[in-house]
Amino acid sequence: MGTVIVDVMPKREILDPQGQAVAGALARLGATEFTQVRQGKRFTLEVEGEVTPQTLAAARQAAVTLLSNPVIEDVVSVRAQQDVEQVRAQQDVEQVRAQQGDQA
Amino acid sequence: MRVGVVTFPGSLDDHDARRAVHLAGAEPVRLWHADAGLQGVEAVILPGGFSYGDYLRAGAIARFSPVMDAVIPAAQDGLPVLGICNGFQVLCESHLLPGALVRNDHQQFRCQDQTLRVESTHTAWTSGFQAGQQVVVTLKNGEGAYMADDRTLDELEEQGRVVARYVGDNPNGSRRAIAGVTNARGNVVGLMPHPEHAVESGYGPSVDGLTFFTSVLNSVVRA
Repeated sequence: MGTVIVDVMPKREILDPQGQAVAGALARLGATEFTQVRQGKRFTLEVEGEVTPQTLAAARQAAVTLLSNPVIEDVVSVRAQQDVEQVRAQQDVEQVRAQQGDQA
Repeated sequence: MRVGVVTFPGSLDDHDARRAVHLAGAEPVRLWHADAGLQGVEAVILPGGFSYGDYLRAGAIARFSPVMDAVIPAAQDGLPVLGICNGFQVLCESHLLPGALVRNDHQQFRCQDQTLRVESTHTAWTSGFQAGQQVVVTLKNGEGAYMADDRTLDELEEQGRVVARYVGDNPNGSRRAIAGVTNARGNVVGLMPHPEHAVESGYGPSVDGLTFFTSVLNSVVRA
């Protein structure tokens, strides 16, 4: 079974009252280092079998027709989960190497 | 004249909209979201409420309901369509009207009597007003802030497609205090406030709302 991950964020120029409310609550918790919070949405679309280029194309189509409203939102990423995880794994490896480099 | 009022799962104001149609002297016709056709009605109202629980985005799921497959081409062909509150959101999601409606800038649900200035009388739903006339109707929304980019807003203003504006404090952060807009042809109107709650003396802040519903009678009789 494969999964496509679609991330949608409110456009920069659109006021995001939900993000602002979260930012206010964070500040009250003492997390004052965050100057702005914006709240988006993540969709996971599951398919039988592997995620193919066709699956990704269909997911992109779904992202712009139903999952987002282009007037107020941007689709920021449409990726197969295995790719997202691979990128993360690669980043983790790089981070560990960098730390080891610092220590050496 | 027969005016259809669509009921989606989660519609709240369909009953009041049908009552307003009746008080205006027309025959209200119940349309169900899963209906494939429009039963030959001569105008359609998409009422307020929280269709499909406002899941995903307000109006986003309703826009793909079977009845909208009939409403969208009919509206493009000139059928008068009025979207009130959630109905306005559905019209924007359907791309029958430009822009989008987002959460109020103050993050609170607002319910109050609201003064509007009718900016355009060249629509199927506002032809009975005087240009610049001020009316008082009910406003009640959580996601009523009208958003569009500057180019779209300039275009709407130049073409006289801003139908109504809020008078006094902007109640939800709508750009340029826009309360309602229309399409190029003037048959499709989206309105955030609720004229259907201001059609009968003793109930609601005025009877100013009735003119939206009597206007469409005249527009169809003339056509």
